[in-house]
Amino acid sequence: MSKAQIMNGNELISEAALVAGCRFYSGYPITPSSEIPEHLSKRMPEVGGVFIQFEDEIASAMAAVGASYAGYKSMTASSGPGISLKQEAIGLACMMELPLVVVNVMRGGPSTGLPTRVSQADVMQARWGTHGDHMIIAVAPETLLETYTETIRAFNMAEKYRTPVYILTDAVLAHLNGRVELPDPSELEIIDRTQPSVSPEEFNPYDVEKFGVVPPLPNKENFPKYRFHMTGLNKDKTGFPTVNKEAVEADEERMITKITDNIKDIESFEYYKMDDADLVVFAYGTNAAAARVAIDEARESGIKVGMFRPITLWPFPEKQVAELGKTFNKTIVTEINLGQMLYEVERVTQGNTEISTVLQASGVPIRPQQILDKIKEVS
Amino acid sequence: MSTDYSKYLRMEKLPLYWCPGCGNGTVLKAMITAIDELGWKPEDIMMVSGIGCSSRATGYVDFHTIHTLHGRALPVATAIKMCHPGMHVITFSGDGDSTAIGGNHFIHACRRNIDLTVIIVDNWIYGMTGGQYSPLTPTGTKASTAPRGNIDPNFDIADLAKGAGATFIARESVAEPIKLKNAIKKGLQHKGMSVIDALSNCHIQWGRRNKYGDPVKLVDLIKEKTVTKTKAAKMTPEELAGKYVTGILHEDTIKKEYTEAYKELVEKAQN
Repeated sequence: MSKAQIMNGNELISEAALVAGCRFYSGYPITPSSEIPEHLSKRMPEVGGVFIQFEDEIASAMAAVGASYAGYKSMTASSGPGISLKQEAIGLACMMELPLVVVNVMRGGPSTGLPTRVSQADVMQARWGTHGDHMIIAVAPETLLETYTETIRAFNMAEKYRTPVYILTDAVLAHLNGRVELPDPSELEIIDRTQPSVSPEEFNPYDVEKFGVVPPLPNKENFPKYRFHMTGLNKDKTGFPTVNKEAVEADEERMITKITDNIKDIESFEYYKMDDADLVVFAYGTNAAAARVAIDEARESGIKVGMFRPITLWPFPEKQVAELGKTFNKTIVTEINLGQMLYEVERVTQGNTEISTVLQASGVPIRPQQILDKIKEVS
Repeated sequence: MSTDYSKYLRMEKLPLYWCPGCGNGTVLKAMITAIDELGWKPEDIMMVSGIGCSSRATGYVDFHTIHTLHGRALPVATAIKMCHPGMHVITFSGDGDSTAIGGNHFIHACRRNIDLTVIIVDNWIYGMTGGQYSPLTPTGTKASTAPRGNIDPNFDIADLAKGAGATFIARESVAEPIKLKNAIKKGLQHKGMSVIDALSNCHIQWGRRNKYGDPVKLVDLIKEKTVTKTKAAKMTPEELAGKYVTGILHEDTIKKEYTEAYKELVEKAQN
C-alpha cells in the first residue's frame, strides 16, 4: 500500500528521517534547507524525539554527534556556508565512528554565493571537506521519490558502517512540490546499529578483532548500561588514545576500507538507454533530469546516446566509470559547477575516452537544450 | 569517612598526565569527593570535555565519558542530556576552551538553563598549547603570545554566566579545596545550568612567565587574590580591583529547566 502526497524535497527528507528511526535533529537556519528544521520542529516532538535549534552550525553538528554517541539516530542539515562550519564535527564522527546523516542542500559559492539558487558545487567538499585521511558516503537523489528513499538508505548505511553519510540535494529538489507515492513504511528495510553481545564490563567500542571491521555500538536503550570512552584522538580498540604507529596506521586504513570493501552494498547507479548507445552522458542529481530529456530528444533524431547516473557519489563508482572509458570513445560530463566530478571521471578513465563537458555555475539549472546541443556537436 | 577514589577512577590510566603540582588534580578530586558524598553511581554519570589539559580528565574517570573538540563540550553535553534526561551530565574544561572558542556555546547553554554542571578549570592560560593568553589571563601579565604583557581585558565568568541566564554560579579555588568541593556538590544538586569557576594554578605555563614558577607560591597568590562574597560586600570597588569574589554568587530556583520545558512541549505535541 502506498500513499500519494504533495510534498517538497526538504519535507520528504524530514519524513523519511522519521521513518528511518531518526529521533534527534539539531540545526541552524539557512536557505535553502530551512524547511527541514521547520518541518521537524513540528514532527519531532510528536514522535517523542528531540529537536533543538542551536546557536550556530558548529553546535548543531556537534550535538548530532553527541546524540549519536548517546545511542540516537541523528541528523543535521544545512547548505554550503553552514556545511563549511560543520566540517570539524563531521571529522569527529569519522574518527569516533559514529553514525550521522548530514543534509547539504547545495547552493554554490565560494562563501555566501547565491543562497536561493541551484548548484552542485559542494560535491568535492563532501568528499574532502574535513581534514585528514578519511572516507565518506554521499548520495545524490534525482527525483522527489528518490530523495525519500535515499534518505532511508543514508540512515541505514550510517548505522551499518558507523559513519557520516551526506545527502546532497539542491534548491530544485528542496523546493519542488510534487505528487509522490510514498512506499509503505512496513515495506522498507530499516537498519539499526549492531548491539553488543558482550557484557558492559567486556565491551570496547572498537573491538575489531572480536566483532569485525564495524564493531557494535550501544543504541539508546543500551547506552546507559554500557560505559565507554570516546575521543577525537587516534584511538585503540578501547576508545582511548594511542600513538602506537602500527595501531594508528591499521585503524586509519580500516576506517577507509570498512567502506570501500563494502562498495557492492553501498554503490548505487543507473544506466539509462545504454544498451545500444555509442555516446555516454555522465550526470547526477537534478541535473540528470535535464540530461534525460536531452537524451530522449537526441534519440528521436537518431543519435544513440545513453546516461550513466551515479546515485552514490562517494565512494566514486570507479569500476563502472573505468568500464565506460573502455567502452565509449566519447563521454559528456555535465554538472552544475565548473567541473568537480569531472576530475574523478578523468582520473578513472585514464584518457581512454574523449571527454566533453556541459558545466555551469550561474545559479540556474542547466537546460536540456544545452546538453542536447553538446550531444549533437560531439556525435 | 574517606573516599575510595578507585570506585570512580580508571586506575589503569594513572598516573595522571598533568605536570607535578597542577591544580587539575585538585579540582578533579573535589568533584569526585562531591559525587561520593552524594552517593551517585558511576553508571548514572556522563562526563564531557573539550580540548586542553583539564579536558583530559574524562580519560581518568570511570563514568560515561566523551572527549570532544576544542570548545564543543557544551553542545555535546546538551544533546546527551536531552537524550537521557535522567543522567547527571558534567562538563570539565579549561578557561580558554569554555570562554574563548566555546564562548558562544557557553552563553547559550546558560540561556537555556539546561541541567548541566559546568566545571571550568580557570588557570588563566592555554596550558597544553604552550602558554598563550586566554580571556582569563590577568591583564598585564605575560604569556607566550604576550611577551610584553597581555593588553586584553578579562571576562568575569560569574557575571558572564549570570547575564546569560545560568541559575547556579559559584567560584572557589584550589587554595581551599573543601570549599571547592562543597561548591561543586551544590552545583551538582542544582536543577538547571550550574557554573563552577574553579580557580587553579598553572605554574608551568602562566607561573614561570610571571615569577610564580613555584606551585606553592602560585596557590598562595590565588588565595591572596580571592575574597569571600561576605567580605567583598564591605569592600569598595577600588579595593576589589583584581580580586576574585568567591562563594555561591547566584542561585535561582524559579527559572524553568530546559529538559523539563522540552518534556512539556512533547506532551503538548502528543495530545
